[in-house]
Amino acid sequence: MASLNLLVGVSLVYVAFLFAVAFAAERAAVRGRSGWLRTPLVYTLSLSIYCTAWTFYGAVGYAARSGMEYVTIYLGPSLVMIGWWWVLRKLVRIGRSQRVTSVADLISARYGKSNTLAIIVTLMAVVGVTPYIALQLQSVTLALSIFSGPPDAEGLNGLNPLSAGFWVAGGLAVFTVLFGTRNLNANERHDGVVIAIAVEAVVKLVALLAVGIFVVWGIAGGIGPMMERIDASALGTWELDRSRWAALTVLSAAAFLCLPRMFQVLVVENDDERHVQIASWAFPVYLLLMSLFVVPIAVVGLNLLPAGSNPDLFVVSVPLAQGQTGLAVLSFLGGFSSATSMVIVATLALSTMVSNHVVMPIYLSLKSGGASMSGDVRNVILLARRLSILLIIALGYVYYVLSGGSGALAAIGLISFAGVAQFLPAMLGGIFWRGATRLGALSGLCLGFAIWVYASLLPSFGQDAVLPASFFEVGPFGINWLRPYAFFGIDGMDPTVHAVFWSLLMNTCVFIVVSLLTFPKPLERLQGAQFVNVFDHSGQARGWHASVAASEDLMIMAQRILGASEAQALFRTAAREQGMTGHLPEPTPAFLERLERELSASVGTATAHAMVSQMVGAASVSVEDLLAVADESAQMLEYSSQLEAKSAELSRTAGQLREANEKLTQLSVQKDAFLGQISHELRTPMTSIRAFSEIMRDAEGLSVAEKTKYASIIHVEAIRLTRLLDDLLDLSVLENGQVSLNSATGPLEAVLDHAVITAQASGDGRLRVTRDNVAGDTMVTTDLDRLGQVFINLITNAQKYCRAAAPHLEISVHADAKRLAVEFRDNGTPIPDAARALIFEKFARVAEGDGSGAGLGLAICREIMARLGGDITHVPQAAGNVFVVQIPRRQVLAGQ
Amino acid sequence: MARGPSSPVFLERRSYRRRRLQDAQRLLPVLGMLLWMVPVLWPTRDETGHVTMSAAIYYVFGVWCLLIGLSFGLWRGLKRKVDEGTEPPAGDP
Repeated sequence: MASLNLLVGVSLVYVAFLFAVAFAAERAAVRGRSGWLRTPLVYTLSLSIYCTAWTFYGAVGYAARSGMEYVTIYLGPSLVMIGWWWVLRKLVRIGRSQRVTSVADLISARYGKSNTLAIIVTLMAVVGVTPYIALQLQSVTLALSIFSGPPDAEGLNGLNPLSAGFWVAGGLAVFTVLFGTRNLNANERHDGVVIAIAVEAVVKLVALLAVGIFVVWGIAGGIGPMMERIDASALGTWELDRSRWAALTVLSAAAFLCLPRMFQVLVVENDDERHVQIASWAFPVYLLLMSLFVVPIAVVGLNLLPAGSNPDLFVVSVPLAQGQTGLAVLSFLGGFSSATSMVIVATLALSTMVSNHVVMPIYLSLKSGGASMSGDVRNVILLARRLSILLIIALGYVYYVLSGGSGALAAIGLISFAGVAQFLPAMLGGIFWRGATRLGALSGLCLGFAIWVYASLLPSFGQDAVLPASFFEVGPFGINWLRPYAFFGIDGMDPTVHAVFWSLLMNTCVFIVVSLLTFPKPLERLQGAQFVNVFDHSGQARGWHASVAASEDLMIMAQRILGASEAQALFRTAAREQGMTGHLPEPTPAFLERLERELSASVGTATAHAMVSQMVGAASVSVEDLLAVADESAQMLEYSSQLEAKSAELSRTAGQLREANEKLTQLSVQKDAFLGQISHELRTPMTSIRAFSEIMRDAEGLSVAEKTKYASIIHVEAIRLTRLLDDLLDLSVLENGQVSLNSATGPLEAVLDHAVITAQASGDGRLRVTRDNVAGDTMVTTDLDRLGQVFINLITNAQKYCRAAAPHLEISVHADAKRLAVEFRDNGTPIPDAARALIFEKFARVAEGDGSGAGLGLAICREIMARLGGDITHVPQAAGNVFVVQIPRRQVLAGQ
Repeated sequence: MARGPSSPVFLERRSYRRRRLQDAQRLLPVLGMLLWMVPVLWPTRDETGHVTMSAAIYYVFGVWCLLIGLSFGLWRGLKRKVDEGTEPPAGDP
């Protein structure tokens, strides 16, 4: 028989081997050769920390006591893995996009980065997992006691269970501290730990399979005889507590998702989402193999070993009884592996939670300078984690001592499961329901947890240990419906089912009702949208308004948490991405978010959020503030756009006014010029008329010819005056709208003919007038005389002002459905742009011509056309001018 | 399994097959739950027509193997479809 010392020696060698494996893995990871460390196989094997020493030893004991019920503990996780598509896929994606470090971090981040919630979940997890750690101590101690020989005369084991438990706890604590807190960033992932637990997963599987194969083929003699033996045994018929079968399947599924250590390996240590898909069938295979030989071992143990042997230890005691010491040692190592891997990961996960959500916030709030005080915070965090590990294992030991190390392993494990399963409503509600609120989660968690403590945890110490026996008989203070095993007076439920049923039911109901009644804060709503719609946008919540944050302060803070070189590298990369050459990037919102995520990997979401917010403003800038600011800015934006519209309108009006003013000024100048001109115009003929009339009056001896000549001069000048006055009168009449139009119908061509002849009669005959496209049958119905006046004016203008060597005027007619356009195109000097606006104004004169015009012609034309319902425009040309007279079509009739 | 408004109404044959495989994947845990809850209906020790332990073991582990096989098959099928298809894996829940 193997001595205790040999066993301790083997265990130590085994632990040393694990250390070597972990160390080698971390070295490989540092060198960047970590590809093989992160394979789907390693991921699947790391999930096997679900199978703890409880599973390893306890399952056989469970089977020996309750038949097939033990298998429910594996069915739940198998269903979760097979249904990975529903929950795990989303959890893993959220975990990666939000850089979640633990289950408390997940729940806290979902409900508005609430630290209260994080602390409560952390405390619940610590309390919930404590029995589980006690369970590991108990199984390893029990297994050791088997090797130490039979109980002596006083009924005591050769091994003192308390001191053995103490040494096992101490060993596990040292082991975990050395393993798990070598590096800080939880999201840098514990390569060494993951590899070590993968190795342990193989060891425990091999050990259990070896014992199983030995039992089936070595003892029973094959599958057929084994089955016969099973049917013939006390376990031979199907026996089932139906409520337990269903409840435990659901409970184990819930615990699989909620246990902090499972969350750690499932989500935090996950490297690739595709690994989850492979694990979806590979991990059920592992679970199947782990549970395959449980019933055979139990049956053979019950057959072979004396009545009263502890069935929890059949895995070790059966080979030992058969003289297979080597197999027994292997089996012990399997159980030892299960215990160590579970304790390492569980305490690591819990210590991360404790240090991030409890110790660091307290530490930071105690330091007056907040996150900006001097010194390396990393040491504080590491110390906090190490102390948390010691604390958690110490709690486990205390529970072990208090519970007397006597309860069946499975019962203790189920208490733990029920405790952590309380996270499930808040967790699933958080990732599937946007309406879930912080208060809802808080009240659900607290109520569920309270019911669990009252109905499951406290009674587990035994009646009269914590709760007086009277509670169980008549209820607390005589309140019958509050008996711990019979809420609302419903007797006869299995205690575990009772606790699970009522705690989860109340938890869920309160969670939903309070969520429906309360209103979430803005940050909660942001995070809720991010979590629920994680597949639509894997981006980050927008948070920081950054211009006030000083990069240097951020750098100092980041150095203390991430480490100097890591922080510098991060800042340098960010600066480079922003296209800057220095070491300090601009504190853009994107950079601050990234920094917050990096920090949250070390200190948790809520703390990182608080730290960055301390840096970003003198006072912390909450998202509420930002949203308020955003609301205000939206209002201001609207207001300012209204203002903008108004100001645009004003400036348009101002432009028009300026234009009008310019026009007025110009007109006034022109008017002055015209007055000068018209005085001159009036005066010149008047002067000649006066002079010649005086000559004719005073001079004597004038010949008839001379008299006639002088009289003609006077006549011509008088006509000129008359014409000028006529024009002025005409314009005045037109402008005042007093003109009467004599509408008549006639051919357009005739009007043009008349105009050309009339105009040419008074010209020098140099202008060549051609006509194009003038259909002879085009009839117009309008005031033909007035239209003719316009045409005459245009032709006369061309005659007067066309300075080309061979002046040419082309008249063409274009007709469309509505209008008839008559174009007068000459080849003279184009009218300058500056003058174009004025040519149709009264008294406007573009070129200083022969002085015979008074600048009224075009003004009259425009007035006439306006009266006729048409228009006259000038179209600038590269060479020459085009005047277009538009006559409305309704006054145009086609000829017969 | 609602699609967004921008999703096409009809899918080409390959995407259609892939979506149906995904549906199967989603329904697999429901099937597992149903099959594993069947033992609740079995008569127990004191009742007539009780089931032997060996039969129970064969049944529970048989369902287990079936589910693992189906899960494995779906994983293989989807992996091939994703490798073949140009469309990225659907993100709708």
